[in-house]
Amino acid sequence: MKLFRKSPWIIHYDGASCNGCDIEVLACLTPRYDVERLGIINTGNPKHADILLITGYINEQSQPVVRTIYEQMPDPKVVVAVGICASSGGIFRDCYNTKGGVDSTIPVDVYVPGCAARPESIIDGVVQALDILERKRAEMKARRRAKAPAPVTAPAAEVAPS
Amino acid sequence: MNLTHRILAGFLFIALAPILAGLLAGLDRIVSARMQGRIGPPLLQPFYDLFKLFQKERIAVNRSGHFFLLGYLLFTIIAGVEFFTGGDLLITIFALALASVFFVLGAFAAGSPYSHIGAERELIQIMASEPMLLMVAMGFYVATGSFQIGAIYAQPTPLIATLPGMFLGLIYILTIKLRKSPFDLSTSHHAHQEIVKGITTEFAGPYLAIIELAHWYETVLLLGLLYLFFAPWPLLAIAALIVVYFLEILADNTNARLYWQWVLRASWTFTAIVGAGNLIILHYINRGGTP
Repeated sequence: MKLFRKSPWIIHYDGASCNGCDIEVLACLTPRYDVERLGIINTGNPKHADILLITGYINEQSQPVVRTIYEQMPDPKVVVAVGICASSGGIFRDCYNTKGGVDSTIPVDVYVPGCAARPESIIDGVVQALDILERKRAEMKARRRAKAPAPVTAPAAEVAPS
Repeated sequence: MNLTHRILAGFLFIALAPILAGLLAGLDRIVSARMQGRIGPPLLQPFYDLFKLFQKERIAVNRSGHFFLLGYLLFTIIAGVEFFTGGDLLITIFALALASVFFVLGAFAAGSPYSHIGAERELIQIMASEPMLLMVAMGFYVATGSFQIGAIYAQPTPLIATLPGMFLGLIYILTIKLRKSPFDLSTSHHAHQEIVKGITTEFAGPYLAIIELAHWYETVLLLGLLYLFFAPWPLLAIAALIVVYFLEILADNTNARLYWQWVLRASWTFTAIVGAGNLIILHYINRGGTP
């Protein structure tokens, strides 16, 4: 049975943004969208989470925090970048303090477009992430059977300030 | 009950209690969602969550923490088996207290401040609830002359007639034991947390699943304790359990979390009045009205 599809637990972190996308992420929990129908729970704890939802771009201060949260999550895990800032840096891309999108720091699996991203597209992004989560689970199982060590996921190259 | 019956009852408890409590947890989540104007998850959601957690990677902050968690699960099961095989009520209550202490030790084994605050709050919850559990045991003894659950169960008249205060006190601390608002200090099932996930913060994957499983066994045991008050009338007992559980969900959804000082003060005051009051009145009645 594909259990990760039925019970994805989410942790939500805001790298640095205008909070527009954060409000839309929280709107997904309200009676209008009610993501708990799909078994989705917003845990505040990386150690309980399967999906990391990040809104906003990454800067010097948020980079170590994002890295720590990602490393604390047990496998299998996926990262969803919500909104255009998280995807590429958005309108903050050329700012002196901006490192870039979330993929400047950790590997991203799903990019959700929008400014701000609509709750429908956030839910769609999470549902796409579920397939990736199942695939990673299968890979993890195969690795455990073959007693192979986990691959080292090197962070993507940091975007140099232009 | 002869020996074969007792062994059978023990195995039935170990096998069926998680199924029953899991379904109850699913129903709890649906009813809670409806109270908030939402549709809520499927009925089997707690089982999906549990099996998923068992498939996650094992992250060990500290090995001794996981040893203590196994103690938590084991002693909760021992308490339940002792209860449902008609054993000794005192052993049941002490095994349950020991299980809670194991859980607290497990959380203290990790270095995280969130885990420590959660563990300290769990100790406060144990302090708030444990006196009432002991008073229930005393009440059963004064009313029936036995600590044996088999003997208490076989009473011809329902104990609710002589121990109404005990029943009220037990419902009150059930809110603490089920981790429901306003008493969900150490951790809760809701997203709104001010200390991350409190006592469960440092436990991931299969270890979190063990905590959930132990909590399910504990829930069934406590509902069994409430059942004893209506033992001769099973239909009334089940109706009472449904009403009590519904009231717990209602309290959970209509209350904010209290300060720990308030939890301790309110629990001790209420359980002292209804529990000790019930005990004193029963004592006078048993002595034929003479002090």
